[in-house]
Amino acid sequence: METKNNWKAWLYLAPALILMALFTFYPLINTLLVSFLKNYNYVSGASEGFTFENFGIVLGITPIQTGGTPVYVTNFIRYALPNTLIITFVTVPISIILALFIAILINSIKVLRGLFQTIFFLPYVTNVIAVGMVFSLIFSTSGVFNSLFNLRIDWIGYGSNRVTALFILCIYIIWTQLPYKILIFLSGLQGIDKQYYDAAKLDGASKLKTTFKITMPLLSPQILYIMITSFISAFKEYNAVVGLFNRSYTGSPNTPDLYTVVYYIYDQLGTNNNNVSYASAGAVVLFAIILVFTLLQMWASKKRVHY
Amino acid sequence: MTNPVNVTTTLTLRIPGKKRNVEDTKKRDKVFKIIGLIVTYVLLVLFALLILVPFYYMIVASMMTEDEVREGILFPTTDIFSNLVDNYSRTINNPSFQYFDLVLNTLIVALSTTCFGLIITILTAFAFSRLQFKGRDLLFTIFLATMMIPGEMMVITNYTTMSNLNLITLNQSRMEAYLVMILPFLVSVFYIYLLRQTFKQIPNELYLAAKVDGKSDWSYLWKVMVPLASPTLITIFILNLIGGWNAYVWPKTAVLNSDYYPISVALRSAALQKEVMPDVYETQSSWQMAATVLTVLPLLILFIIFRKYIMRGVGRAGIKG
Repeated sequence: METKNNWKAWLYLAPALILMALFTFYPLINTLLVSFLKNYNYVSGASEGFTFENFGIVLGITPIQTGGTPVYVTNFIRYALPNTLIITFVTVPISIILALFIAILINSIKVLRGLFQTIFFLPYVTNVIAVGMVFSLIFSTSGVFNSLFNLRIDWIGYGSNRVTALFILCIYIIWTQLPYKILIFLSGLQGIDKQYYDAAKLDGASKLKTTFKITMPLLSPQILYIMITSFISAFKEYNAVVGLFNRSYTGSPNTPDLYTVVYYIYDQLGTNNNNVSYASAGAVVLFAIILVFTLLQMWASKKRVHY
Repeated sequence: MTNPVNVTTTLTLRIPGKKRNVEDTKKRDKVFKIIGLIVTYVLLVLFALLILVPFYYMIVASMMTEDEVREGILFPTTDIFSNLVDNYSRTINNPSFQYFDLVLNTLIVALSTTCFGLIITILTAFAFSRLQFKGRDLLFTIFLATMMIPGEMMVITNYTTMSNLNLITLNQSRMEAYLVMILPFLVSVFYIYLLRQTFKQIPNELYLAAKVDGKSDWSYLWKVMVPLASPTLITIFILNLIGGWNAYVWPKTAVLNSDYYPISVALRSAALQKEVMPDVYETQSSWQMAATVLTVLPLLILFIIFRKYIMRGVGRAGIKG
């Protein structure tokens, strides 16, 4: 039976394999290659050999020679990377703790549980661009937030402060990231055997102690999974920036201080710049960061996660 | 044989040094429990309000006059109904937000991606779960490994490939624009993984019984496995459709002809402006909110109908976009 199935199995796989070869495997290798090619032209496919220059230029180490004067392009290292790191290290821990807290609250009630579950899941099915525009209106200078608290702060408008703009961005990202995490934690909580809690009760353990000594350790696989996936998605943040600001700068277009790594990549790729080599180098850097972080988290959690 | 002893004495436990007995402690526990429950509900309602405020404001602002939106009030004071008719009629027929054309573009792309993608997913998941062939586990591991890689790595080369094939040009045809949006997203490793898990739960005996009956793999797949896995298939269908409806980055990069924009791209770039004085145009936030409601509403309706499928599917470790 096994040999008979052999060639037929490949027929079943053929559509997926062909499409993945074209749109996953080839692009992956090609992008990696292009990031190391000097003066690559994607129309003709011509280049001037291998180089590390693209990475140097993206990271602001190597200058670009324009008419004899060396120019350092530091948009990536000054804005894109720091913003992405800020977004990641602010939104990931806060949203995980908040989601865990809300999930434990929902799990402890019986009446109206389904209703709360549905409400907290709502942001997942909505459009990040659309709700970003709503947030943008709420936090505009004459918007609801300012008028509620009698403020006149320009949170996110043209000429606003980078700090307030990033602050609102982080709030919005947390809002969009909560539902998925709450759902995963809830399904994890429901899988915990009631016996553990009964045993803890008999021993007279307090609620807080039960949470930290029983719930958290038994939920650790879900927490690890959520940590890894949310680090990855925070590093790739782009849609929330577009939804909220529709631009990459607070003051002038020449200082793109609202860049994220992915925003930078798409800007380099787009029709304005057409720097495929820089976009590729940026993507490879992103890939490397994500890989290192994922492996680090898996390594660090090896002893703490109970399966 | 001894007679059973009848115990009728009630015991009152006293905690030494303290003036409380069991009854008091029980009462105290009950009070604490009620307080805890109240605190829980208050917190949940507060958090729920924070989640709901943007939805509320989006809907309410689309039923306000532009002046009311600029005042930043939470409750409209003018006639909601006439505002609603005015805002929505101006938005739907706006030259930069042709709602029904946009829905058509988005639905054609999302449905084609979803339907063809589902067929590919079924075939691949079947091969990985039921059929025997050399290198199966290795190939599946390679498939899974691609999920770790950020999509931007692929997007860059897909952009240059499509543009070299003359599919990305300023005068793209309808067919070209749709193809560019559909092709790279037909295969989803995550859905293959999800369906393979479901297929694996179907007992092997069914397969062997079908073999004895002389059924081919092909008819076994479509007559037995697909019907049995239909809840998972519905989940994949809905999640894929939502993803297609919300697609932004790739269409924004690869569709240059604005006639074929999907809805998210058009929403963000639409110039919903009113001529306030001759040749002076002002962006209308109330119209913008009407446009966002029109974008989000189909999703919310889909969510209400298929709530269980969506939440169950995502709960089994889902991804977004």
